[in-house]
Amino acid sequence: MKDLYLIYKNLTRKKTRLFLTCFAIFIAFLIFGSITALKGALNSGVEMSADNRLITVNKINFTQPLPYSYVNKVKSIEGIKDVSHANWFGGFYQEPANQIVTMAVDPETYFTVYDDLVVPEEQLSQWKSNRRGVLVGERIAKTFNWQIGDTIPMSSNIFSNKDGTQTWQLQIDGIFRGENEKADTGYMVFHYKYFMETQTWGGDNIGWLIVTTTDASLNQQVSDAIDESFANSAAETETSTEAAFNKAFIEQIGNIGLIIFGVVFMAFFTILVVVGNTMVLAIRERTNEIAVLKTLGFSSPRIFKMILIESCMLSFIGGLLGLGAAFVIVQGASQELSRFLPNLVLDQSIVLQALGYMLLLGLVTGIVPAVRALRLNIISGFQGA
Amino acid sequence: MSEEALFDLQGVAKKFVKGKEQITIFEDLNMQIAQGDFLAIMGPSGSGKTTLLNLLGGVDQPTSGEVSFEQKRIDKLSEGKLAEWRANNIGFIFQFYNLMPMLNAYRNVELPLLLTKLSGSERKKRVENALKLVGLADRAKHMPNEMSGGQQQRVAIARAVVSDPKLLLCDEPTGDLDRKTADEILETLQLLNTEFGKTIVMVTHDPSAAKYAKRTLHLDKGEFVTDPSANVA
Ligand SMILES: Nc1ncnc2c1ncn2[C@@H]1O[C@H](COP(=O)(O)OP(=O)(O)OP(=O)(O)O)[C@@H](O)[C@H]1O
Ligand SMILES: [Mg+2]
Repeated sequence: MKDLYLIYKNLTRKKTRLFLTCFAIFIAFLIFGSITALKGALNSGVEMSADNRLITVNKINFTQPLPYSYVNKVKSIEGIKDVSHANWFGGFYQEPANQIVTMAVDPETYFTVYDDLVVPEEQLSQWKSNRRGVLVGERIAKTFNWQIGDTIPMSSNIFSNKDGTQTWQLQIDGIFRGENEKADTGYMVFHYKYFMETQTWGGDNIGWLIVTTTDASLNQQVSDAIDESFANSAAETETSTEAAFNKAFIEQIGNIGLIIFGVVFMAFFTILVVVGNTMVLAIRERTNEIAVLKTLGFSSPRIFKMILIESCMLSFIGGLLGLGAAFVIVQGASQELSRFLPNLVLDQSIVLQALGYMLLLGLVTGIVPAVRALRLNIISGFQGA
Repeated sequence: MSEEALFDLQGVAKKFVKGKEQITIFEDLNMQIAQGDFLAIMGPSGSGKTTLLNLLGGVDQPTSGEVSFEQKRIDKLSEGKLAEWRANNIGFIFQFYNLMPMLNAYRNVELPLLLTKLSGSERKKRVENALKLVGLADRAKHMPNEMSGGQQQRVAIARAVVSDPKLLLCDEPTGDLDRKTADEILETLQLLNTEFGKTIVMVTHDPSAAKYAKRTLHLDKGEFVTDPSANVA
């Protein structure tokens, strides 16, 4: 491509203009990259949900407990494969700033219903037999550099230990990871029985039930059956698929998808107008030069191509810089927010999308001046100057 | 003319439509330009000199009539074919130089060679030769706005000859230059004509510029007139 130098010189002839347009595009892709990554992180819970997993919570509110007896009652419902349960512990390690999602679960069934989590067999059986044992997600094990065999003090700001403290000494028996790389491993689970025996409130409540169906097509039937069997009781239930549960949780934060779409759309539209307009002006200023090039024998399609390449170059320079900055920001934020947003990554699919948009932006902003240059008649080109 | 004509214009008419009006520039123009000629075209403003050059250079097409170059019709060629033909056969020199402002002298001269299949090193050799020919070998790195009008016109001449075209078309090449600089430019053109065998057609308002040519044609109201100087006050 012998014209590349010429295109490059055209692109860089006005440094201030180049800087401003690049900056506008930079901002657009900075927003795009970081917001899309954020959206992906928020949605990953929904995407990761198994399609035959149901969650049963108290109908009043998912923070209200359910009686332990529900576990056995639910087992008899037709279409159910496995039943497990969990309690919210809250939990922080050493100081309140180190919040770690911690749950008290049934060791016998928890990893049966969450069969997309992987624990080595011997670690799992070791944990099952150790009432003070805890299984830790790979990601937080890494964060705190924990090893199997470590004893860690986990404190709760909800519950108190019968020993007079608010801290439980837990022994790490194993580390679980996700079958899928995106699976959330930013939490830990310990024994429900141990928790019930040691916390001061006592009782035999559970937080929620986790149920798998024998087939996803039975989901509706099973969840209706569960909720019906507890209708008009002291603790009515509400059962939904895990995906719906996670989604409902996200929707409480606001309609994130729409907001994100709005922000990205506005940014892009503004940039499209600004850059498109700048390109039109820039090429119009060169009318005389385009007429000269045509006189020298540069064909119209060749000049058309040169202008499109120029606008694409502009788009890719600003865009790649913006995406790079987004990458750095997401990288930094994912370390800060790893406990809340485990899947905050600017991954390959976002990069590919962004590259597609850069190309599109380049073509759209270049097409009007490129067509004008294509059609420019040499004589009127000179007269216009 | 005993020699085979390089250009042959037969019954060329050129009309412009401007709104509802039709302007006739040429009604029935006939002329031949021989290989190796250095022709000056003079005439009052608006007489159609630039229009004629545009027809010769294939940037404009006649309303009717024939324009032949080396016995081949060019008046009916497509835009793409004409562009190719211009790149292969014509060097253009303009009154206001028309260099690319963001390219240095070297890159400006190289432009027409981007249309050829020449290798980078071959292009380099040719550009350097062309710059040497116009006496600007030491200005290769200079930008147009760092050069005087005369120097810019020399760069333009180097650009016009770098691809070794048969014909140079110059529209008032010295119109923007002082006498001394103009004479230097005209000497260069004369050199290109006599030493390098370039056929040159030059439009000028300046009778002393026309003296460098081998012959002069006077255009008036779209026609060639024999001896207009008798009528000039
Ligand atoms: N594209 C066009 N549309 C309409 N009229 C035109 C066009 N091009 C030239 N003309 C007219 O044709 C006539 C001849 O123009 P041309 O540019 O050939 O004159 P010229 O001899 O070169 O004049 P000058 O010495 O001022 O350069 C002028 O009256 C001009 O207005
Ligand atoms: Mg003119």
